[in-house]
Amino acid sequence: MKHIQTVNKPTMQKSLKTGGCGECQASCQSACKTSCTVGNQVCEK
Amino acid sequence: MKAKIHKFEQNGTYILLDVNSGAVHVIDKMIYDLMDTFTGENDEETICAWAHAYPEADIREALGELHELMAREELFAPDIDVPPTFRQHGLVKSLCLMVAQDCNLRCKYCFGDGGSYGQERAVMTPEVGRAAIDFLIEKSGPRKHCEVDFFGGEPLMNMKTVKAVTAYARQKEQETGKKFKLTLTTNGMLLNDENIAWLNENDFSLVLSLDGRKEVNDAMRPDVGGHGTYDRIVEHFRRCIESRKGGSYDYRGVYTYLRGTYTHNNLDFTNDVLSMHDAGFDILSLEPVVLKDSPYAITEEDLPRVYAEYDRLVDAYMERRRAGHGFWFFHFNMDLSNGPCVAKRLSGCGAGHEYFAVAENGDLYPCHQFVGREGYRLGSLREGVTRPELSQYFRESHVLNKEKCRDCWARFFCSGGCHANADLFHGDIREPYEIGCAIQKKRLECAILVQSLLALENNKKEQDA
Repeated sequence: MKHIQTVNKPTMQKSLKTGGCGECQASCQSACKTSCTVGNQVCEK
Repeated sequence: MKAKIHKFEQNGTYILLDVNSGAVHVIDKMIYDLMDTFTGENDEETICAWAHAYPEADIREALGELHELMAREELFAPDIDVPPTFRQHGLVKSLCLMVAQDCNLRCKYCFGDGGSYGQERAVMTPEVGRAAIDFLIEKSGPRKHCEVDFFGGEPLMNMKTVKAVTAYARQKEQETGKKFKLTLTTNGMLLNDENIAWLNENDFSLVLSLDGRKEVNDAMRPDVGGHGTYDRIVEHFRRCIESRKGGSYDYRGVYTYLRGTYTHNNLDFTNDVLSMHDAGFDILSLEPVVLKDSPYAITEEDLPRVYAEYDRLVDAYMERRRAGHGFWFFHFNMDLSNGPCVAKRLSGCGAGHEYFAVAENGDLYPCHQFVGREGYRLGSLREGVTRPELSQYFRESHVLNKEKCRDCWARFFCSGGCHANADLFHGDIREPYEIGCAIQKKRLECAILVQSLLALENNKKEQDA
């Protein structure tokens, strides 16, 4: 493409059916400890 | 109306995020402009709206590319509703053990009242700690990976319980097939060679607290006598990091990172991040303080300065990476292709349903920040969860059930922000803390930009090779 460069291969829609195993690291939305905001995490699968 | 896309420009780079797929596109200025008008089905209207600025042939070419993205479901992807993979009831996977509700520092922004959480200073007994492990094993059901964070106050003030609980957890791993990931958050005052060796032998991830520059740290993190702590702490942290070199430590497995807090008094916090890097640490996090009615609080008036400072931090981060001596900054880490599933994005931190804090006396709270807050005690290790309705309320307080979140472009990245902060400011966990949201959105833009730039630079390297 001339005007657009897509930088990732997103999996969010696919994960509607395949996710939910819950084996990933716990996240924390606050500013006080490990603070692993969800967006900064990876899937463990 | 639900945001389907988000676009932003930073340092001359134009980015388009498709909210419901997570696709990130680096675009030119023309596409950036067209997206003010284009809805996916109004090509002619878009052409008319932008004919004054761009040749029609160019606009038609650009629209053709946008339709290609739509065909791949990477633009205007379908709205996301609660998927069947999001269990109706949470399975507990993580506990925060308040092993010492006491502390040897008196940080001026402490949410835990100097470690006591508004209660008597006390430490957790090994018996309570072991009962917490039993609770976690029972409540995690079939889930294999469980987490225990030793927290306080200052957990190293109660190594007796830390060691007893660790031994018990390792024993239970053998018996149950569970795998416990252990983390300890420390201010470093008691981090001596003996403790370091033991923590290393037991595969602990460590979160080491420091606020950047010496003068910033010492102003906010004095000891009980009011004296600065930087020199003592940094020496301990250096020895700790040195002892871990060559081991199997990274920022996602067993990790060691420095985290700090910035306040209204150091809005030039890029200097604090770089100070930590210059001091020899390279896995870093620095967070905005969350305080109400305090001279240290970040205010709405501070936000333009905060945004500009994150831009400066992006520049510094990229500059050092490109020069071959980069560092990890936690909030710029984002796996754009292999991020969490939607179920995880809805459950967020899991406070109150997948994650509990255990107070020193065995009482259960939704998270460490809620310890001691009236009305949020969920039960105890002895009684179990006595308020399942409150636990379920936390489970259902996800972004699709929060009025201010369900339309926000950042909803699947921030997962609705911190419940404790929402409660602190609004007395309602479904009413997010606005300044936290504003800063979070800026950090997300920075993270998306950084990851986009790195991806493009990697692509170019591969093409050139």
